[in-house]
Amino acid sequence: MKRKILLAVSVLLFTSGVPFAKETLKIITWKGYAPKALVKKFEKETGIRVKITYSNNEEMIAKLRATRGAGFDLAQPSQDRISFVQKQFPVYQPIDYAKVNTDQLVPSMLDAVKKNTLVEGKSYAVPFCYGTTGLIVNKKEAPEANDWSALWNPKYKGKISYRLKRPILIATAFGLGEDPFALYDDIEAYKKLMAKVEKKLIETKSYVKSYWTSGDTQVNIIKSGDANVISGWDGKGWEVHKVNPDIDYVAPKSGALGWIDTFAIPAKAKNVEAAYQWINFMLSAKNAAYFTNKEKYGTASKGAPEFLDEEIKADFKRSFTPEDIENIKWQPPVPAGFEAIESEVLDRIKAAR
Amino acid sequence: MQQKKRFNTTFWLLIVPVLLWLVVLIVLPHLDLLISSFQVKNSAGENVFSLNNYLAFFNNDIYWGTFLKTAGYAVFVTLLAFVISFPVAFYLTKVISKKYAGLLVLLLLIPLWVGELVTVYGWMILLGDHGVINHFLLFLGMIDKPINMLYTDLSMVIGLLYMSMLFMVVPIMTTLESLDDAYIEAASDLGAGKWTIFTKIIIPYSMPGIISGAIIVFMLVIGDFLAPDILGGKHSLWFTEQIYSKFLQTFNWGEGAAFGFLLLFLSSAIVWLALKLSGQKLEKVGS
Repeated sequence: MKRKILLAVSVLLFTSGVPFAKETLKIITWKGYAPKALVKKFEKETGIRVKITYSNNEEMIAKLRATRGAGFDLAQPSQDRISFVQKQFPVYQPIDYAKVNTDQLVPSMLDAVKKNTLVEGKSYAVPFCYGTTGLIVNKKEAPEANDWSALWNPKYKGKISYRLKRPILIATAFGLGEDPFALYDDIEAYKKLMAKVEKKLIETKSYVKSYWTSGDTQVNIIKSGDANVISGWDGKGWEVHKVNPDIDYVAPKSGALGWIDTFAIPAKAKNVEAAYQWINFMLSAKNAAYFTNKEKYGTASKGAPEFLDEEIKADFKRSFTPEDIENIKWQPPVPAGFEAIESEVLDRIKAAR
Repeated sequence: MQQKKRFNTTFWLLIVPVLLWLVVLIVLPHLDLLISSFQVKNSAGENVFSLNNYLAFFNNDIYWGTFLKTAGYAVFVTLLAFVISFPVAFYLTKVISKKYAGLLVLLLLIPLWVGELVTVYGWMILLGDHGVINHFLLFLGMIDKPINMLYTDLSMVIGLLYMSMLFMVVPIMTTLESLDDAYIEAASDLGAGKWTIFTKIIIPYSMPGIISGAIIVFMLVIGDFLAPDILGGKHSLWFTEQIYSKFLQTFNWGEGAAFGFLLLFLSSAIVWLALKLSGQKLEKVGS
């Protein structure tokens, strides 16, 4: 009897992990990129179950690399982090643009993403949304902070925060009047520029309250009043502005950093058809507008602006003059090997006293 | 005979999942990491055997410097944990009645249930410039400007201490429970003072508990990631953060793996050294 029970239990243990046959779509994406309401709508329309894993650029690459592109049907990396990854470890498969409803996309954005993710004649991504990295400022406490240099201005000593990751190195370079993107084909010159950036950030480290590490800690540090001038994402800045009108997103004079997040299909995706279905679903005008209204990031969907809330448009107008828009620095693909230079610089800054 | 056979089937049914778990989820990945820690890519992009990943640690002062700093803090937190935990453990086992001790131990356990991330965020609310503690001090008029507590070494040490302290309390409690009160009474009758009793009887007796608690706390702290990352602020580069960035930012898995093994070996060496210095045996401490 005992033996039978044990057997039954062990059989149950081994089989309970097997899911019941139902089509699923596994997506690895950023928090907020797959709103619950849209997931439910998609599941109802198609009968496909959607499983979401939250992540960021670095983890997405590491996870897909570990499995050589298996485990997920769809990923959402930034467009500048695709080609060098694909060249080193083939974790994605080329996009079949015939299956993408390209009519509903902003053509210039689609072209830019196609060009930036080109590896050996094939492109690997579809644009989804875009945004900028700039400053989030408490305008009551720091009314004059309007450029990257505010992040090392002694006036705001002890009330400054930024994320110690590659965007701050790029931003500091722009703030110092340089153009790091122009040096992407000259690694020695880029190293020199990074040394200059490192010096600046170490010299002014004592002004920094803390380095924020995520979307949540970014919002937290400015909302709580622990910092008054921080680097941040436009959508997050506008989100805080709604709660505290003193705080707002500011496009830096030397150029906000523009990013585009995309859809890319992992090499060993199991449900490629569902992935394309999801891409077309998320980029349809109404769904894309729902996403933008909720998360406040710009969308690559052509028809969406018609369905956007007035408030979203107002946010954008408040933070960007036409010159600011013209001056957005869209990030070109990162060349292979550059992340190693930047990582050492970041380590040295963090360890410095 | 029948009895023995039945035992065998049960035995195998129980041992096979454990072995599978150990081999597939622990031994194999470690072997894979160990191999990749000895590999670098040559100019043709092939993996070749090399010690460069390990040498990188010793050749770059930022890496071994960070390790030394991390280990130093881990020792410091372990000492602090002992200083705070010992009176707690002593109070719970020897001073108050068993009836209340159970309840108090339960209260001690609560922070463990909610998880490290939540407690870390809890400390952020308490320690911030506009947090509970500063608000309270301002309200009482004891300070007129918020004290900078969050994102400093202080807040990091508090976070590390809070998540690891319990692992010091429990082993000490276990050894103290077996200490017969008669020893203390006898010493007292023979004219020993409180301090003598404490240093000559209680501490030596509870040494195995203290050492096993210290090993757990030290290992937890040196391998922690969350508290230094979130509470630590701008100077708190922890060795685990460097391993993380090797894997996730520079995609240099070889060096990341090498650093992981260095953390394992160096921290084990420190524990071994501590055991030697304190004259304890691992087998005795482990029981």
